Amino acid sequence: MKSLEAEGQALAKGPLQIQFLENTPINGYGFTSFQDKLNEIDLYPLKPTGIEIFQINLGKMCNQVCKHCHVDAGPDRKEIMTRETMDACLNAIEESGAHTVDLTGGAPEMNPDFRYLVEKLSGLGKKIIVRCNLTIIVANPRFHDLPDFFKKHKVEVVSSLPYFTAVKTDSQRGEGVFEKSIHALKKLNAVGYGMEQSGLILNLVYNPSGAFLPPNERDLKLQFQKKLRDKYGIYFNELFTITNLPISRFLDYLVKSDNYEAYMEKLIERFNPTAAHNVMCRNTISVGWDGFLYDCDFNQMLDLKLDIPDPHLNNFRRETFNIRNIVTNNHCFGCTAGAGSSCGGAISG
Amino acid sequence: MKTYYNPQDLKKFGNIGEFQKGLAEKFFDYYGETFKDGALTAREKSLIALAVAHTLQCPYCIDAYTTDTLEKGCDEEQMMEAVHVAAAIRSGSTLVHGVQMMNKVKDLSM
Repeated sequence: MKSLEAEGQALAKGPLQIQFLENTPINGYGFTSFQDKLNEIDLYPLKPTGIEIFQINLGKMCNQVCKHCHVDAGPDRKEIMTRETMDACLNAIEESGAHTVDLTGGAPEMNPDFRYLVEKLSGLGKKIIVRCNLTIIVANPRFHDLPDFFKKHKVEVVSSLPYFTAVKTDSQRGEGVFEKSIHALKKLNAVGYGMEQSGLILNLVYNPSGAFLPPNERDLKLQFQKKLRDKYGIYFNELFTITNLPISRFLDYLVKSDNYEAYMEKLIERFNPTAAHNVMCRNTISVGWDGFLYDCDFNQMLDLKLDIPDPHLNNFRRETFNIRNIVTNNHCFGCTAGAGSSCGGAISG
Repeated sequence: MKTYYNPQDLKKFGNIGEFQKGLAEKFFDYYGETFKDGALTAREKSLIALAVAHTLQCPYCIDAYTTDTLEKGCDEEQMMEAVHVAAAIRSGSTLVHGVQMMNKVKDLSM
């Protein structure tokens, strides 16, 4: 399987996705836009609450090609953050006052300067999160020591595992991914990750493997805990349930499977004002592999840059950032449906 | 009306109150309360509903509770086992009446 970009698909391009999200009628009719919904609850324009989380996308290269990937990542993607841009990130992180740095990709570990950045961040005393796809740990001998490296720098590991069975996991993330993920989880457990009183945090992420919304986070965590412990002897800390946003590869899937209208209708129907108040873009900044700044990783993939003059790391000013209007569009319904969704899971009970 | 069943009609279920508001309100209150977490979890109730939907062979209910069980974290294997429970009860119910047939045969036979 190739990325949409490599296949030259129209929906690989952010502006075309936006055009589609704005103009495609639902069941033959227009619909309430996300902006209108925010207006209804006096939340438009959406404003930030301060920078707590500094999320960095280290590049789009990945050893997997997941069917729902909003980054359209894969082995054929060559966009990768340079060490120079990482240094600019480090300066901006200090300027921002963020307490947490969230590293994502692609597979962030595939960036040749990944360890350089983690070591520098560790020196700054920041909480570090790595969004690890698990299979990278067992993909190549040069990654086999990642669990020890993570442990050394007290990195919080957040890993996708859409279900506790191979069928559902592999249908979303690729053939054989479940078995490799189990292998990698055992390696993380072996150095203490997810184990009681180790202080080493291993959180799992559930994404629905289809056109439906995630289950209740607490209930699903209990199922995952029991199944993974009883069958594989695997332990973890929290389970985050994340809604698939209708962009990039998941949007392509929705359109091709004729599920787009019903899915968007469901997201809109289940708009939750409490979730809207708690969306992650209010306390997060997202940096692209090339140093451009965004309100979130989803906006990044749609090429919706921060609504400030010259939105690049080189011109980062905390004051400008904190008074901006957050850029929203209809994909944002994905973060406000039902219990809401963020990189840290559900955002409203 | 071209067909008796239209998937879009499922979304209009709430409209039954247009013709009889009071009873519809009582029904939907009762319905909502029934499916909340209780002595059984909402997930268990959803699987029961899926099985019953198949017994009733109601396309609206099958549509609604296939989605609902997925959104309650069930997988395909669990869902199909629920349908087999419904099927087993239906076939068992047919077969157990075979005893009645046997009784009658014995009554009529020498």
